[in-house]
Amino acid sequence: MSQKPTFAAIAFGLAIGFTGAANAAWQPAKPIEFIATAGPGGGTDNFARAVQNIVTKYKLVEQPIVVVNKAGGSGAEGYTYTKAMAGDPYKVVFGTSNAWNQPMVSKVAYNYTDLTPIAAMVQDEFLLWVKQDAPYQNVQDFLKAVAAKPPGDVKMGGAQSKDTDETLTRMIDKAAKVKFVYIPFKSGAEAAVQLAGGHIDAHVNNPSESIGQWKGSTQRPLCAFSPQRLPDGPKVTATQNWHDIPTCVESGLAIPQFQQPRTVWLPGKVTADQTAFYVDLMKKVQATPEWKEYIERTSQTDTFLIGDAFNKFIKEDIERTRKVAVDEGWLISN
Amino acid sequence: MENLEALMHGFGIALSGNHIFLMVIGVLLGILVGVLPGLGAPNGVSLLLPLTFGMQPVSAIILLSSMYWGALFGGSVTSILFNIPGEPSSVATTFDGYPMARDGRPTTALATAFGSAAFGALVGVVLITLAASWVAQVALAFGPPEYFAVYFLAFASFIGMGGSPPIKTLVSLAIGFALAAVGIDTVSGSVRLTMGIDEMVKGVSFVVAVMGLFGIGELMIAVEEEFHVKAISSKVEWREVFRTLVGLPKHGWALLRSAAIGCWMGITPGGPTAASFMSYGIAKRLSPRRANFGKGEPEGIVAPEAADHAAGTSALLPMLSLGIPGSATAAVMMGGLMIWGLNPGPMLFVEQKDFVWGLIASMYLGNVVAVVLVLLTVPIFAALMRVPFFIIAPVIVIICTVGAYSVSNSYLDVMLMMGFGVLGYLFKKLHYPLAPLVLAIVIGDKAEDAFRQSMLMSKGSLGIFFAKPLVTTLILLGAALLLMPTIWRTIGRMMPRSEVKP
Repeated sequence: MSQKPTFAAIAFGLAIGFTGAANAAWQPAKPIEFIATAGPGGGTDNFARAVQNIVTKYKLVEQPIVVVNKAGGSGAEGYTYTKAMAGDPYKVVFGTSNAWNQPMVSKVAYNYTDLTPIAAMVQDEFLLWVKQDAPYQNVQDFLKAVAAKPPGDVKMGGAQSKDTDETLTRMIDKAAKVKFVYIPFKSGAEAAVQLAGGHIDAHVNNPSESIGQWKGSTQRPLCAFSPQRLPDGPKVTATQNWHDIPTCVESGLAIPQFQQPRTVWLPGKVTADQTAFYVDLMKKVQATPEWKEYIERTSQTDTFLIGDAFNKFIKEDIERTRKVAVDEGWLISN
Repeated sequence: MENLEALMHGFGIALSGNHIFLMVIGVLLGILVGVLPGLGAPNGVSLLLPLTFGMQPVSAIILLSSMYWGALFGGSVTSILFNIPGEPSSVATTFDGYPMARDGRPTTALATAFGSAAFGALVGVVLITLAASWVAQVALAFGPPEYFAVYFLAFASFIGMGGSPPIKTLVSLAIGFALAAVGIDTVSGSVRLTMGIDEMVKGVSFVVAVMGLFGIGELMIAVEEEFHVKAISSKVEWREVFRTLVGLPKHGWALLRSAAIGCWMGITPGGPTAASFMSYGIAKRLSPRRANFGKGEPEGIVAPEAADHAAGTSALLPMLSLGIPGSATAAVMMGGLMIWGLNPGPMLFVEQKDFVWGLIASMYLGNVVAVVLVLLTVPIFAALMRVPFFIIAPVIVIICTVGAYSVSNSYLDVMLMMGFGVLGYLFKKLHYPLAPLVLAIVIGDKAEDAFRQSMLMSKGSLGIFFAKPLVTTLILLGAALLLMPTIWRTIGRMMPRSEVKP
């Protein structure tokens, strides 16, 4: 990411339609493909489409943008496809931290180093949810009840296997000295319905995956895995909003932070100019009121990481996941 | 009563000029994407989605759902005329619809299909109207063991009632399971059966499989048998359409039974595909004209069509009330709901009455519009059958190739599709049933996930399948279906004068 100092210059050049430094600024000359590594309706799909809408609305790019879903293999399909497109600056892939975490735990045909990082545009939060009529008032009650039962009796649901949800579950196991049995479902939405039906005891869904269920009083959050409480906002239920939910540390579960970044990548082997163009594009998207509205609607946290900050974040996240993966024996040998 | 009042309010919203116009546009576009294989309802709805962002949510959902109804009807058209099912749920319609059309009665086949489909859809909407609150609770009772039990029921009904020798059905199912296992495994997260081809991580797409098995496979058989499409009068006989529709009530019992199966499978997560197959299987088993099934028996069209549409319609209820999309199309629509700022869930019925009841009212109207439009366009589709085989055959190859490629812009899919064509040909030649194979590709991995989730929950004890009344009933029902042939035979032997022949 050595092209960082040129961002401002390029932004300025684009803003006034200045094309004099033709060799520095790259502009797309044909339609751009946004690859969402999730099925239609999923969080990553909504993310890609939100960016597409903003870019189209403000005409930030002259070329049309098409969103395609490549959700197969928990997103591996999209990344593998992008890897094969090395050098093609018209493919932009949208994903999460699975870009670097999935290759660590399953034998997929790509690694995040095959891709060119553009930005982590927003962080989705995690909360610990239980059924509405469960007897526990706070995390302590719940964890005590879990500890009192034989290991593996209490069921934690989540999306996918060995991905963020299971990693977080294993971190809770460790922090609270308990043992959940983890039941992987296809998506967080599916886990939420299973909790509403009482088939599992808890899950660690993102806010947007369970807000409807919370409103509908089938389940409620006990605590948020974030350093401070989620931002104040309109009431979700009759009496509470997201800010009323304590952080997990506050309520005695020592996991200070667990978030899922929503990430944007280009294929490998693209030029610095091309990378700079998209970094700049995402910056412009991030500055619009529609972006703020998207973040609020989905109750995510506004953190925008590019360049070195993004790379540093990836390194830290890999370290954290690797610890859990080593303990659980998930690491693949290759 | 409260529901009826709300429904009247909904009609007030749906019956505006603007909304009727949207319904007509949606249905026409839907029929178009339904008729063009490879471009199904989910693609069509996704393509239309960006146009709805500026609309009122209720107008947007009316447009999208009308497109869905149109696509469901359009899908039956290709199943009947070309033997290429546009959607997984129209596969069962090909069994008798195609032979009937080939025998020179395409108008009858189409009219039968549309009539029964409309009836199924109507039953589905009435059910939604009456049982909105109750249904949400039934769906909540479904945990992994119950899911597995429903899938087990679907597989068992094939072995027990499919009509082919059970061992051949089992072989067909097993091949389907193996194909469904390709790709990432949800429960362990590991990559399976990719044969060293990186791209296989995405799994085997249903569309690719069906295009090959039915499109190409059937074509090879046709070429081998020097099959010629007989020139059929392009004049659609309106009298024939009316005679068919008026004659439908004589299949009243089959209609009602199929609609009931459809509603049950739509609300519970079985889905339209399982519903249409199961309905077809049961109709075949119970019909006195059993031998005629597969050769253009009207009830063989009535049963899957009524069940498919009843399930497709009633499947919107769990989507709205619980946020569980029953089909790919419902999933796309749910994405739309979120973009319009609505959260699917039980509270939608409380907070967004205008939206929910406007949609339900539009389902009545939209299906009427769809039936009228699709009947009016029948002449155009029926005329397609007059095109000589030497033109149709390359067109089918092109459609299948483009369709397979467009699934994810991949040549691998085209190669796979050709492979499935050979497989389909071999299956036909050796008299193995294709339907169980397709069913297993579609729900095989779901059944596997549900089974392994159940095992995680019970720490490996099979007792979990007998722990609650609902799951026990489903499993026992499945077991009964599985043993059905043996039971029939025993009864037949005990009562020699019985009409039931083994």
